[in-house]
Amino acid sequence: MARVYVPTSWRRFTGGCARVEHDAPDVRQLLAWLIAEYPALGGEIFDPNGNLHRFVNVYVNDHGLDDLYGLETPLEREDEVAVIPAMAGGATRSRFTPEQAVRYSRHIILPEIGGVGQRKLLNAKVVLIGAGGLGSPAALYLAAAGVGTMGVVDFDTVDLSNLHRQILHGHANIGRPKVDSAHDRLADVNPDVKVVAHTEALTSENANEILGQYDIIVNGCDNFATRYLVNDAAYLLGKPLVDGSIFRFEGQATVFMPGKGCYRCLFPAPPPPGAVPSCAEAGVLGALPGMIGIIQATETVKLILDLGEPLVNRLLLYDALAMEFREVKIRRDPECPLCGDNPTIKELIDYEAFCGAPMAATGG
Amino acid sequence: MVEVRVPAPLRAATEGARVVQGEGGTVGELLADLTRRYPGIKPSLFDTSGGLRQFVNVYVNDEDIRYLGRLEAPLGPGDTVSILPAVAGG
Repeated sequence: MARVYVPTSWRRFTGGCARVEHDAPDVRQLLAWLIAEYPALGGEIFDPNGNLHRFVNVYVNDHGLDDLYGLETPLEREDEVAVIPAMAGGATRSRFTPEQAVRYSRHIILPEIGGVGQRKLLNAKVVLIGAGGLGSPAALYLAAAGVGTMGVVDFDTVDLSNLHRQILHGHANIGRPKVDSAHDRLADVNPDVKVVAHTEALTSENANEILGQYDIIVNGCDNFATRYLVNDAAYLLGKPLVDGSIFRFEGQATVFMPGKGCYRCLFPAPPPPGAVPSCAEAGVLGALPGMIGIIQATETVKLILDLGEPLVNRLLLYDALAMEFREVKIRRDPECPLCGDNPTIKELIDYEAFCGAPMAATGG
Repeated sequence: MVEVRVPAPLRAATEGARVVQGEGGTVGELLADLTRRYPGIKPSLFDTSGGLRQFVNVYVNDEDIRYLGRLEAPLGPGDTVSILPAVAGG
Protein backbone atom coordinates (compact mmCIF):
# COMPACT_ATOMS: atom_id res chain seq x y z
CA MET A 1 0.00 0.00 0.00
CA ALA A 2 1.34 3.42 -0.86
CA ARG A 3 0.73 5.95 1.87
CA VAL A 4 -0.44 9.45 1.02
CA TYR A 5 0.48 12.28 3.32
CA VAL A 6 -2.25 14.93 3.56
CA PRO A 7 -1.13 18.42 4.64
CA THR A 8 -2.90 20.14 7.50
CA SER A 9 -4.81 22.59 5.34
CA TRP A 10 -6.48 19.74 3.39
CA ARG A 11 -7.39 17.48 6.28
CA ARG A 12 -10.83 19.03 6.47
CA PHE A 13 -11.44 17.18 3.16
CA THR A 14 -10.22 13.84 4.53
CA GLY A 15 -12.11 13.80 7.79
CA GLY A 16 -8.97 14.90 9.64
CA CYS A 17 -6.83 12.03 8.34
CA ALA A 18 -3.14 12.91 7.95
CA ARG A 19 -2.41 9.70 6.07
CA VAL A 20 -4.49 7.53 3.80
CA GLU A 21 -3.40 4.28 2.17
CA HIS A 22 -4.21 2.72 -1.15
CA ASP A 23 -2.73 0.26 -3.61
CA ALA A 24 -2.09 1.91 -6.97
CA PRO A 25 0.44 1.17 -9.71
CA ASP A 26 1.43 4.79 -10.27
CA VAL A 27 0.93 8.32 -8.98
CA ARG A 28 -1.78 9.21 -11.51
CA GLN A 29 -3.96 6.32 -10.42
CA LEU A 30 -3.28 6.94 -6.78
CA LEU A 31 -4.41 10.55 -7.11
CA ALA A 32 -7.45 9.46 -9.15
CA TRP A 33 -8.42 7.18 -6.29
CA LEU A 34 -7.76 9.96 -3.78
CA ILE A 35 -10.11 12.46 -5.42
CA ALA A 36 -12.74 9.75 -5.99
CA GLU A 37 -12.57 9.01 -2.28
CA TYR A 38 -12.45 12.68 -1.22
CA PRO A 39 -14.11 14.62 -4.07
CA ALA A 40 -13.51 18.03 -2.49
CA LEU A 41 -9.77 17.48 -2.96
CA GLY A 42 -10.21 17.27 -6.74
CA GLY A 43 -10.32 21.02 -7.32
CA GLU A 44 -7.45 21.54 -4.92
CA ILE A 45 -5.08 19.20 -6.74
CA PHE A 46 -6.12 19.44 -10.40
CA ASP A 47 -7.06 22.37 -12.59
CA PRO A 48 -10.19 22.20 -14.82
CA ASN A 49 -8.10 20.62 -17.60
CA GLY A 50 -7.11 17.75 -15.36
CA ASN A 51 -3.51 18.90 -14.92
CA LEU A 52 -1.84 19.25 -11.54
CA HIS A 53 -2.14 22.80 -10.26
CA ARG A 54 1.17 24.58 -10.68
CA PHE A 55 1.24 25.38 -6.99
CA VAL A 56 0.77 21.78 -5.94
CA ASN A 57 3.90 19.71 -5.49
CA VAL A 58 3.84 15.94 -5.32
CA TYR A 59 6.67 13.99 -3.79
CA VAL A 60 7.40 10.28 -3.75
CA ASN A 61 9.70 9.45 -0.85
CA ASP A 62 10.78 13.10 -0.74
CA HIS A 63 11.60 13.26 -4.46
CA GLY A 64 9.61 15.72 -6.54
CA LEU A 65 7.69 14.32 -9.52
CA ASP A 66 9.76 16.55 -11.81
CA ASP A 67 12.79 14.47 -10.88
CA LEU A 68 10.93 11.19 -11.33
CA TYR A 69 8.49 10.18 -14.08
CA GLY A 70 5.80 12.75 -13.45
CA LEU A 71 2.33 11.36 -12.88
CA GLU A 72 3.48 8.09 -14.44
CA THR A 73 5.95 7.50 -11.62
CA PRO A 74 5.42 3.88 -10.59
CA LEU A 75 4.61 3.12 -6.98
CA GLU A 76 5.64 0.24 -4.83
CA ARG A 77 4.37 -0.88 -1.49
CA GLU A 78 5.64 1.25 1.36
CA ASP A 79 6.17 4.26 -0.91
CA GLU A 80 5.28 7.53 0.77
CA VAL A 81 3.50 10.08 -1.39
CA ALA A 82 3.09 13.67 -0.23
CA VAL A 83 0.77 16.13 -1.96
CA ILE A 84 1.75 19.62 -0.83
CA PRO A 85 0.03 22.85 -1.81
CA ALA A 86 2.64 25.61 -1.88
CA MET A 87 0.63 27.68 0.55
CA ALA A 88 0.66 24.99 3.23
CA GLY A 89 1.72 26.52 6.50
CA GLY A 90 0.10 29.86 5.83
CA ALA A 91 -2.64 30.97 8.15
CA THR A 92 -4.99 31.58 5.25
CA ARG A 93 -4.82 29.85 1.92
CA SER A 94 -5.13 32.94 -0.25
CA ARG A 95 -2.11 34.83 1.02
CA PHE A 96 0.21 33.91 -1.84
CA THR A 97 -0.60 34.54 -5.45
CA PRO A 98 -0.30 31.43 -7.62
CA GLU A 99 2.93 32.87 -9.02
CA GLN A 100 4.35 33.42 -5.52
CA ALA A 101 3.35 29.90 -4.54
CA VAL A 102 5.47 28.60 -7.40
CA ARG A 103 8.31 31.12 -7.06
CA TYR A 104 8.80 30.30 -3.37
CA SER A 105 7.74 26.65 -3.51
CA ARG A 106 11.22 25.33 -2.71
CA HIS A 107 11.30 27.51 0.39
CA ILE A 108 7.74 26.75 1.39
CA ILE A 109 8.19 22.99 1.32
CA LEU A 110 11.07 23.29 3.78
CA PRO A 111 9.45 22.60 7.15
CA GLU A 112 11.78 25.20 8.71
CA ILE A 113 10.40 27.95 6.45
CA GLY A 114 6.93 27.01 5.23
CA GLY A 115 4.31 29.54 4.25
CA VAL A 116 4.65 31.38 7.54
CA GLY A 117 8.39 31.87 7.06
CA GLN A 118 8.01 32.96 3.48
CA ARG A 119 5.48 35.54 4.62
CA LYS A 120 8.05 36.81 7.14
CA LEU A 121 10.56 37.23 4.32
CA LEU A 122 8.03 39.13 2.22
CA ASN A 123 7.27 41.40 5.17
CA ALA A 124 10.95 41.99 6.04
CA LYS A 125 12.78 45.25 5.44
CA VAL A 126 16.52 45.02 4.90
CA VAL A 127 18.94 47.79 4.00
CA LEU A 128 22.22 47.23 2.20
CA ILE A 129 25.03 49.69 2.81
CA GLY A 130 26.82 49.65 -0.52
CA ALA A 131 25.85 48.04 -3.81
CA GLY A 132 29.37 46.87 -4.48
CA GLY A 133 31.29 43.63 -4.06
CA LEU A 134 29.49 42.45 -0.92
CA GLY A 135 26.19 44.19 -1.57
CA SER A 136 25.81 42.64 -5.01
CA PRO A 137 25.57 38.96 -4.11
CA ALA A 138 23.78 39.73 -0.85
CA ALA A 139 21.16 41.80 -2.66
CA LEU A 140 20.63 39.24 -5.41
CA TYR A 141 20.00 36.38 -2.99
CA LEU A 142 17.85 38.44 -0.65
CA ALA A 143 15.72 39.63 -3.55
CA ALA A 144 15.44 36.12 -4.93
CA ALA A 145 14.41 34.90 -1.47
CA GLY A 146 11.55 37.37 -1.49
CA VAL A 147 12.72 39.91 1.09
CA GLY A 148 9.90 42.33 0.47
CA THR A 149 11.55 45.70 1.03
CA MET A 150 15.20 46.29 0.25
CA GLY A 151 16.91 49.63 0.72
CA VAL A 152 20.13 50.22 -1.18
CA VAL A 153 22.44 53.02 -0.04
CA ASP A 154 25.18 54.03 -2.47
CA PHE A 155 26.11 57.33 -4.05
CA ASP A 156 28.58 55.88 -6.53
CA THR A 157 28.20 55.13 -10.23
CA VAL A 158 29.05 51.87 -11.96
CA ASP A 159 32.64 51.77 -13.20
CA LEU A 160 34.12 49.25 -15.62
CA SER A 161 36.63 48.21 -12.94
CA ASN A 162 33.71 47.20 -10.65
CA LEU A 163 32.37 44.54 -12.98
CA HIS A 164 34.83 41.74 -12.16
CA ARG A 165 33.11 41.35 -8.78
CA GLN A 166 30.02 43.56 -8.49
CA ILE A 167 27.59 41.16 -10.11
CA LEU A 168 24.52 43.34 -9.63
CA HIS A 169 25.76 45.56 -12.42
CA GLY A 170 26.31 44.88 -16.09
CA HIS A 171 28.27 46.44 -18.89
CA ALA A 172 25.25 48.41 -20.10
CA ASN A 173 25.07 50.17 -16.73
CA ILE A 174 28.54 51.68 -16.73
CA GLY A 175 28.20 55.30 -15.66
CA ARG A 176 24.74 54.86 -14.12
CA PRO A 177 24.14 55.28 -10.39
CA LYS A 178 24.65 51.91 -8.72
CA VAL A 179 21.31 52.18 -6.94
CA ASP A 180 19.51 52.57 -10.29
CA SER A 181 21.35 49.63 -11.78
CA ALA A 182 20.59 47.64 -8.60
CA HIS A 183 16.93 48.61 -8.75
CA ASP A 184 16.51 47.34 -12.31
CA ARG A 185 18.40 44.11 -11.72
CA LEU A 186 16.58 43.25 -8.49
CA ALA A 187 13.19 44.07 -10.02
CA ASP A 188 14.01 41.62 -12.79
CA VAL A 189 15.11 38.94 -10.32
CA ASN A 190 11.91 39.30 -8.33
CA PRO A 191 9.09 41.76 -9.05
CA ASP A 192 7.72 41.14 -5.54
CA VAL A 193 10.58 43.15 -4.05
CA LYS A 194 10.18 46.85 -3.40
CA VAL A 195 13.64 48.37 -3.92
CA VAL A 196 14.18 51.71 -2.19
CA ALA A 197 17.06 53.68 -3.68
CA HIS A 198 19.08 55.93 -1.38
CA THR A 199 21.40 57.71 -3.81
CA GLU A 200 23.49 59.44 -1.21
CA ALA A 201 26.40 58.89 1.09
CA LEU A 202 25.49 57.64 4.53
CA THR A 203 26.38 60.35 7.05
CA SER A 204 25.87 61.11 10.71
CA GLU A 205 23.07 63.43 9.63
CA ASN A 206 21.01 60.95 7.59
CA ALA A 207 21.96 57.54 9.04
CA ASN A 208 19.25 57.35 11.71
CA GLU A 209 16.56 58.43 9.29
CA ILE A 210 17.60 55.98 6.56
CA LEU A 211 18.54 52.96 8.69
CA GLY A 212 15.61 53.48 11.04
CA GLN A 213 13.21 52.43 8.27
CA TYR A 214 14.56 48.88 8.17
CA ASP A 215 14.68 45.77 10.37
CA ILE A 216 18.18 44.53 9.54
CA ILE A 217 21.30 46.30 8.25
CA VAL A 218 23.68 44.51 5.88
CA ASN A 219 27.07 46.20 5.74
CA GLY A 220 29.00 46.10 2.49
CA CYS A 221 30.72 49.46 2.68
CA ASP A 222 34.33 49.99 1.73
CA ASN A 223 35.86 52.34 4.28
CA PHE A 224 36.47 52.51 8.02
CA ALA A 225 34.62 55.77 8.63
CA THR A 226 31.37 54.32 7.29
CA ARG A 227 31.96 51.05 9.18
CA TYR A 228 32.12 52.88 12.51
CA LEU A 229 29.14 55.04 11.53
CA VAL A 230 27.01 52.03 10.57
CA ASN A 231 28.07 50.18 13.72
CA ASP A 232 27.17 53.05 16.01
CA ALA A 233 23.87 53.77 14.23
CA ALA A 234 22.87 50.08 14.28
CA TYR A 235 23.55 49.82 18.01
CA LEU A 236 21.85 53.10 18.89
CA LEU A 237 18.81 52.11 16.79
CA GLY A 238 18.79 48.60 18.28
CA LYS A 239 19.05 46.87 14.89
CA PRO A 240 21.02 43.73 14.02
CA LEU A 241 24.06 44.43 11.83
CA VAL A 242 25.17 41.73 9.41
CA ASP A 243 28.78 42.67 8.79
CA GLY A 244 31.30 41.64 6.17
CA SER A 245 34.61 42.92 4.90
CA ILE A 246 37.22 41.77 2.42
CA PHE A 247 40.86 42.23 1.55
CA ARG A 248 42.67 40.66 -1.42
CA PHE A 249 41.99 36.92 -0.87
CA GLU A 250 40.54 37.02 2.65
CA GLY A 251 37.20 37.93 4.16
CA GLN A 252 35.57 38.40 7.54
CA ALA A 253 31.90 38.07 8.45
CA THR A 254 29.90 38.34 11.65
CA VAL A 255 26.54 39.44 13.04
CA PHE A 256 26.41 42.14 15.69
CA MET A 257 23.30 41.93 17.85
CA PRO A 258 22.75 45.01 19.98
CA GLY A 259 24.05 44.34 23.49
CA LYS A 260 26.15 41.33 22.49
CA GLY A 261 29.21 43.18 21.28
CA CYS A 262 29.83 45.52 18.38
CA TYR A 263 32.45 46.48 15.81
CA ARG A 264 34.13 48.70 18.41
CA CYS A 265 34.43 45.71 20.75
CA LEU A 266 36.17 43.85 17.93
CA PHE A 267 38.34 46.71 16.69
CA PRO A 268 38.39 49.61 19.18
CA ALA A 269 40.03 52.04 16.80
CA PRO A 270 40.53 52.35 13.06
CA PRO A 271 43.95 52.18 11.45
CA PRO A 272 45.53 55.49 10.56
CA PRO A 273 44.70 56.70 7.05
CA GLY A 274 46.73 54.86 4.44
CA ALA A 275 47.81 52.04 6.77
CA VAL A 276 45.43 49.54 5.15
CA PRO A 277 45.17 49.83 1.38
CA SER A 278 41.78 49.85 -0.34
CA CYS A 279 40.63 47.34 -2.98
CA ALA A 280 41.59 49.88 -5.63
CA GLU A 281 45.10 50.03 -4.24
CA ALA A 282 45.59 46.43 -3.16
CA GLY A 283 43.42 44.45 -5.58
CA VAL A 284 40.80 41.87 -4.68
CA LEU A 285 39.88 38.44 -6.01
CA GLY A 286 36.61 38.88 -7.89
CA ALA A 287 34.85 35.88 -6.37
CA LEU A 288 35.94 36.76 -2.80
CA PRO A 289 33.07 39.16 -2.01
CA GLY A 290 30.69 36.57 -3.49
CA MET A 291 31.51 34.16 -0.67
CA ILE A 292 31.26 36.76 2.08
CA GLY A 293 28.19 38.49 0.63
CA ILE A 294 26.33 35.20 0.40
CA ILE A 295 27.21 34.44 4.01
CA GLN A 296 25.70 37.84 4.85
CA ALA A 297 22.57 37.01 2.85
CA THR A 298 22.30 33.64 4.60
CA GLU A 299 22.63 35.20 8.05
CA THR A 300 20.05 37.85 7.16
CA VAL A 301 17.52 35.22 6.10
CA LYS A 302 18.23 33.25 9.29
CA LEU A 303 17.62 36.36 11.41
CA ILE A 304 14.34 37.10 9.62
CA LEU A 305 13.19 33.52 10.14
CA ASP A 306 14.74 33.13 13.60
CA LEU A 307 16.35 29.99 12.26
CA GLY A 308 19.47 28.11 13.29
CA GLU A 309 22.50 29.51 15.05
CA PRO A 310 23.28 33.08 14.03
CA LEU A 311 26.89 34.16 13.48
CA VAL A 312 26.78 36.17 16.71
CA ASN A 313 29.87 36.51 18.96
CA ARG A 314 31.82 34.69 16.28
CA LEU A 315 33.99 36.21 13.57
CA LEU A 316 34.13 33.92 10.57
CA LEU A 317 37.42 34.16 8.69
CA TYR A 318 37.65 32.98 5.11
CA ASP A 319 40.93 32.46 3.29
CA ALA A 320 40.33 31.82 -0.41
CA LEU A 321 43.91 30.76 -1.17
CA ALA A 322 43.94 28.12 1.55
CA MET A 323 40.20 27.51 0.97
CA GLU A 324 39.82 27.54 4.70
CA PHE A 325 37.18 28.81 7.11
CA ARG A 326 38.02 29.55 10.74
CA GLU A 327 36.27 31.26 13.61
CA VAL A 328 37.44 33.43 16.47
CA LYS A 329 35.34 34.68 19.37
CA ILE A 330 33.93 38.17 19.68
CA ARG A 331 33.00 39.35 23.16
CA ARG A 332 31.14 42.41 24.31
CA ASP A 333 33.84 44.62 25.81
CA PRO A 334 32.69 46.13 29.13
CA GLU A 335 35.03 49.04 28.33
CA CYS A 336 33.47 49.66 24.91
CA PRO A 337 32.65 53.37 24.54
CA LEU A 338 29.45 52.47 22.65
CA CYS A 339 27.98 49.28 24.15
CA GLY A 340 30.09 48.87 27.29
CA ASP A 341 29.08 49.37 30.90
CA ASN A 342 29.79 53.13 30.92
CA PRO A 343 29.20 54.31 27.38
CA THR A 344 30.48 57.69 26.26
CA ILE A 345 29.12 57.56 22.70
CA LYS A 346 25.40 58.26 22.92
CA GLU A 347 24.83 59.77 19.53
CA LEU A 348 26.51 59.69 16.15
CA ILE A 349 29.85 61.49 15.97
CA ASP A 350 32.08 62.93 13.25
CA TYR A 351 33.47 59.74 11.72
CA GLU A 352 35.76 61.40 9.22
CA ALA A 353 37.49 63.11 12.13
CA PHE A 354 37.47 59.84 14.14
CA CYS A 355 39.12 57.95 11.27
CA GLY A 356 41.12 60.83 9.88
CA ALA A 357 39.83 59.84 6.48
CA PRO A 358 36.90 60.71 4.26
CA MET A 359 33.95 58.39 3.70
CA ALA A 360 34.88 57.64 0.15
CA ALA A 361 32.77 55.40 -2.02
CA THR A 362 30.17 53.45 -0.07
CA GLY A 363 30.36 50.10 -1.78
CA GLY A 364 33.72 49.50 -3.32
CA MET B 1 57.20 26.23 18.84
CA VAL B 2 53.95 27.99 18.21
CA GLU B 3 52.28 28.32 14.83
CA VAL B 4 51.49 31.90 13.85
CA ARG B 5 48.94 32.78 11.16
CA VAL B 6 50.00 35.86 9.27
CA PRO B 7 47.28 37.93 7.56
CA ALA B 8 47.63 39.13 4.01
CA PRO B 9 48.52 42.74 4.83
CA LEU B 10 51.54 41.60 6.89
CA ARG B 11 52.90 38.98 4.52
CA ALA B 12 55.20 41.38 2.74
CA ALA B 13 57.21 41.26 5.98
CA THR B 14 57.26 37.44 6.15
CA GLU B 15 58.40 36.86 2.57
CA GLY B 16 54.85 35.91 1.67
CA ALA B 17 54.49 33.17 4.30
CA ARG B 18 50.91 32.59 5.59
CA VAL B 19 52.16 30.55 8.53
CA VAL B 20 55.40 31.00 10.44
CA GLN B 21 56.77 29.32 13.56
CA GLY B 22 57.76 31.25 16.64
CA GLU B 23 59.11 30.77 20.16
CA GLY B 24 57.78 32.09 23.43
CA GLY B 25 56.06 31.20 26.68
CA THR B 26 53.79 34.21 26.38
CA VAL B 27 52.29 36.17 23.51
CA GLY B 28 54.67 39.05 24.31
CA GLU B 29 57.70 36.77 24.02
CA LEU B 30 56.37 35.26 20.81
CA LEU B 31 55.79 38.66 19.20
CA ALA B 32 59.25 39.79 20.32
CA ASP B 33 60.70 36.70 18.63
CA LEU B 34 58.71 37.41 15.47
CA THR B 35 59.63 41.07 15.24
CA ARG B 36 63.30 40.12 15.70
CA ARG B 37 63.13 37.74 12.75
CA TYR B 38 60.65 39.76 10.66
CA PRO B 39 61.33 43.39 11.57
CA GLY B 40 58.86 44.60 8.94
CA ILE B 41 55.83 43.50 10.97
CA LYS B 42 56.71 45.59 14.01
CA PRO B 43 55.09 48.87 12.87
CA SER B 44 51.91 46.99 12.00
CA LEU B 45 51.65 45.39 15.45
CA PHE B 46 52.97 48.02 17.84
CA ASP B 47 52.59 51.76 18.12
CA THR B 48 55.59 54.00 18.81
CA SER B 49 55.17 53.63 22.57
CA GLY B 50 55.31 49.84 22.29
CA GLY B 51 51.61 49.12 22.85
CA LEU B 52 49.67 46.73 20.63
CA ARG B 53 47.73 48.61 18.00
CA GLN B 54 43.95 48.78 18.50
CA PHE B 55 43.10 47.78 14.94
CA VAL B 56 45.14 44.59 15.02
CA ASN B 57 43.84 41.73 17.12
CA VAL B 58 45.87 38.78 18.31
CA TYR B 59 44.19 35.49 19.14
CA VAL B 60 45.45 32.40 20.92
CA ASN B 61 43.46 29.70 19.19
CA ASP B 62 40.02 31.35 19.01
CA GLU B 63 40.31 33.73 21.97
CA ASP B 64 41.29 37.41 21.83
CA ILE B 65 44.39 38.03 23.99
CA ARG B 66 42.59 41.03 25.54
CA TYR B 67 40.71 38.40 27.55
CA LEU B 68 43.78 36.23 28.27
CA GLY B 69 46.10 38.81 29.84
CA ARG B 70 47.15 40.60 26.66
CA LEU B 71 50.92 40.27 26.10
CA GLU B 72 51.12 38.11 29.25
CA ALA B 73 48.77 35.53 27.73
CA PRO B 74 50.46 32.16 28.20
CA LEU B 75 51.29 29.91 25.28
CA GLY B 76 51.61 26.16 25.26
CA PRO B 77 52.61 23.51 22.76
CA GLY B 78 50.10 23.16 19.96
CA ASP B 79 48.64 26.63 20.37
CA THR B 80 47.97 28.63 17.23
CA VAL B 81 48.33 32.37 17.32
CA SER B 82 46.46 34.45 14.74
CA ILE B 83 47.14 38.06 13.89
CA LEU B 84 44.05 39.76 12.52
CA PRO B 85 43.94 43.34 11.32
CA ALA B 86 40.73 45.20 10.59
CA VAL B 87 40.00 45.33 6.86
CA ALA B 88 37.40 47.58 5.32
CA GLY B 89 36.93 46.40 1.75
CA GLY B 90 33.44 45.79 0.52
